[in-house]
Amino acid sequence: MIKWLLAWRYFFKRPISILAVVAVALCVFIVLVVMTVMNGLLRDFKQKNHDYAGDCVIASDSLVGFGYYEDFMDILSQQSFVAAVSPVAKGVGLVHLKQYKWDSGIEIHGIDPLLHSQVTNFSDTLHYQKEKPENAFQPKDAPQLDGCVTGIDVIPLGRRNSDGTYLYHNEPMWLELVISAFPLNIKGGLQRSLDLVSTKSFFYSDDSHSGLVKVDGAVIYIPLEQSQILCGMDSPIKRVSSLHIRFIDGESVESSVAKVHDLWKKFVAQNADKPGGNLFENVRVQSWEQNRRSVIAPMEKEQTMMTMLFLMLGVITVFIVFVVLYMIISHKSKDIGILKSMGAPMSSILGIFQLFSVFIALIGSLIGSVSGWIFLYKINDLEDWLYARHGWQLWDRTVYAIGDIPNQVEPEVLAVIVGSAVLACMVGALVPGLQAARKKPVQSLQVNQL
Amino acid sequence: METIIKAQNITKSYKMGKTTLDVLRGADLSVKKGEFVAVIGASGSGKSTLLHILGALDKPDSGSVHYQDQCLDRLRWGKLNHFRNKTVGFVFQFYHLLDELTVLENAMAPAMASVSTLGWPALKSKTRDRAHGLLERFGLKDRLRHKPYELSGGERQRVAIARALMNEPPLLLADEPTGNLDSQTGDGILRALKELNADGQTIVMVTHDERIAAQAGRTIRLADGKVRES
Repeated sequence: MIKWLLAWRYFFKRPISILAVVAVALCVFIVLVVMTVMNGLLRDFKQKNHDYAGDCVIASDSLVGFGYYEDFMDILSQQSFVAAVSPVAKGVGLVHLKQYKWDSGIEIHGIDPLLHSQVTNFSDTLHYQKEKPENAFQPKDAPQLDGCVTGIDVIPLGRRNSDGTYLYHNEPMWLELVISAFPLNIKGGLQRSLDLVSTKSFFYSDDSHSGLVKVDGAVIYIPLEQSQILCGMDSPIKRVSSLHIRFIDGESVESSVAKVHDLWKKFVAQNADKPGGNLFENVRVQSWEQNRRSVIAPMEKEQTMMTMLFLMLGVITVFIVFVVLYMIISHKSKDIGILKSMGAPMSSILGIFQLFSVFIALIGSLIGSVSGWIFLYKINDLEDWLYARHGWQLWDRTVYAIGDIPNQVEPEVLAVIVGSAVLACMVGALVPGLQAARKKPVQSLQVNQL
Repeated sequence: METIIKAQNITKSYKMGKTTLDVLRGADLSVKKGEFVAVIGASGSGKSTLLHILGALDKPDSGSVHYQDQCLDRLRWGKLNHFRNKTVGFVFQFYHLLDELTVLENAMAPAMASVSTLGWPALKSKTRDRAHGLLERFGLKDRLRHKPYELSGGERQRVAIARALMNEPPLLLADEPTGNLDSQTGDGILRALKELNADGQTIVMVTHDERIAAQAGRTIRLADGKVRES
C-alpha cells in the first residue's frame, strides 16, 4: 500500500518530475499531431484512389489493351455482387491549345461518363456537370461538338488563386484542344494508314478535380468511342485498356475480386483462341488497392518513415525518465533504506518507482493529448491565419493536392500513443527501480561507516 | 527467562581500500525477553554493526543469529522482510523519517509496508487507531498532520519510536537514540524507552554514553570486536 502513497507524494513533491512530465507531454503532443495528420493524409489519399479506380480493375499492362470486353461486361452484369462496370480506353498523346499556342503531353482516357460515374466518383470531380455527368462531353453553347473534360491542372491558365484554391468561371471557357494520339495496331506497332498520328479537335466542356496530382495534371477525358478511334482501339476488334467495376454495397472487395478473377479466368479460357486472344496475357484482375499500389506505396513508406522517426522521440522520453528517476533514487537512497528496514519487499520498492513513472506518463500523456487535440482542432484556422498574415502555408496548395489539413484524432491511435508513453516510462524506470530494490538496507541508510 | 535473540561468534569486517578492518571478531550476545540491554563501546567499536546484524539489516561474515528457534542466516527474502516488519522495530540516531509523509503516516508506515493495496481498506482503520494511540502516548497528538521537518529533534525521535512500535514487534533495537539530542530531550526519550520496557518491551540500545547506558537493565561492553559483560 505504501508504494501508492510514496509514488504519489514523490510525484508532487519533486520538482524534477515536472521535467519528465513536460518531456512526455511534448512527445505525446508531437507524435499525436504528426500521426493524425499523416494518417489523415494517407486515408484521404487512399480514399481518393478508391474513388478514382472503383472497387476492382481489370487492366492491361499494354497500351494495346484487350478485346471482347463487351462480352465480359455482359457476364459481369449478370452477377449479383456487381453494381456497375465502366470500360476505359487509355492512350498517350499530345494536346495543343490553339488560342494560346500551348502544347503538352497527356494521358487520354476514353470513358462513358454516365457509366464511369456509376463506378467511380467521376461526376463528383466535375464542376459544371456534377449533376448531369451524361452531359460531361457537351461543350456549352455547342453541344453537337465533341467535348472533353480536362484534369484541372492540365491546362495552366492561371486557374489557381494565390492560396491554392481553384478559380472557376461561371461558364466553361471556350477552348479548342487539338489532341493527337499514336494509334497502335493489335500487335503493338504504330498503325500505318494515312498518317502515323491521329488528330482530332475537342472543345473544353468541364474540369475534373480528383485530388490526385498525377491524374489532375495529365488526364484528358474524351468519349470512349473517340478514344478508341484516336488510339487505334476500334479495329479490327474493339479494345479497351481497362474495366472498372463497382460492387454492390456491403460486398467484401477482397472476396468479390476473387470471384471476378475466377470469372475472368473462365472467360479467357473460352476466348483465348479468338483473334487478339493473346492480348489477355497482359491483363490482370486487381482490387483498387493493388491497382493503385505504385502510387499508394510510396506514401505508406513515407508514413512508416515518419513513424519511425518519431519513435526515436520515444527513446528520448525513456532516457529522460531514466535520468529523472536515477536522480530521484540517488536522492532517496535513505528512504529506500528506511523502507527496507521496515521489511518492505523488493516488489514494493520497485513498485514505487514504476508507479511514479506511470504517474509521469499518464499526466504527461493527458497534457500532451489535450494540447495536441486543441492544436489539431485549430490547425486549419492557424494555417489560414498564418497565410493571411504572413502568406505562408504548411502545405503549399499549388504543390499538394489537399484541401484542409486532416485533423480527426483517431481514438485507437491516441490509445496506442498513450500506451506507448506509459510503456516507455516504465522501461525508463525499470533499471533505476531495480537498482533501488536490490540495494542492501545498510547500504541505503549509509550506515556502513561503522 | 526465555532468550529472545542470540548472536554467536559473529565476525564482520569491512574493506577500506587495500586494508581490511575487522570490526567484530567473534561477538556473542544473548538477550532475554523483557530485558533492556545497553551495548556500549567506543566510536568505531562495531556497536551499530552488531545491532544491524541483530535486526537482519546486515549479514555477518560468520557466526549465527537466532531469533527464538529461527536462524536468521537461513531466512529467504520473504521471511527476512517479514522478520524486519513484524519482529523488530528500529530506532535510528538520525530518526530516518520519510520526509514526504506526515507524522501520522510515518507512524503507520510499517503497517502499510506489509499489506497489499487490496488488503489495506480492511486494516486502515485499525492501523490508524493504533498510530493515533502511540503518537498520543508520546505527546504528539497535535502534530499528526505535520511533516517531519516541522518537528523538533525530540519530537522526530518520538515519532520514530512510535513507528518502530507500530507492528508491536517483540524486539526494539535503538541505535544511539539520544545521540542527536540535547541532554534534556535525550532524557525524555530514555524515559519513554524505560516505560516501554516496564510494559514488557524487550530493548537493545546502542550508545557510547556511560550515563545513558546506566539507565538500562543490563550493560554489555564491546571492545576489540568482542562482547564483555559489564
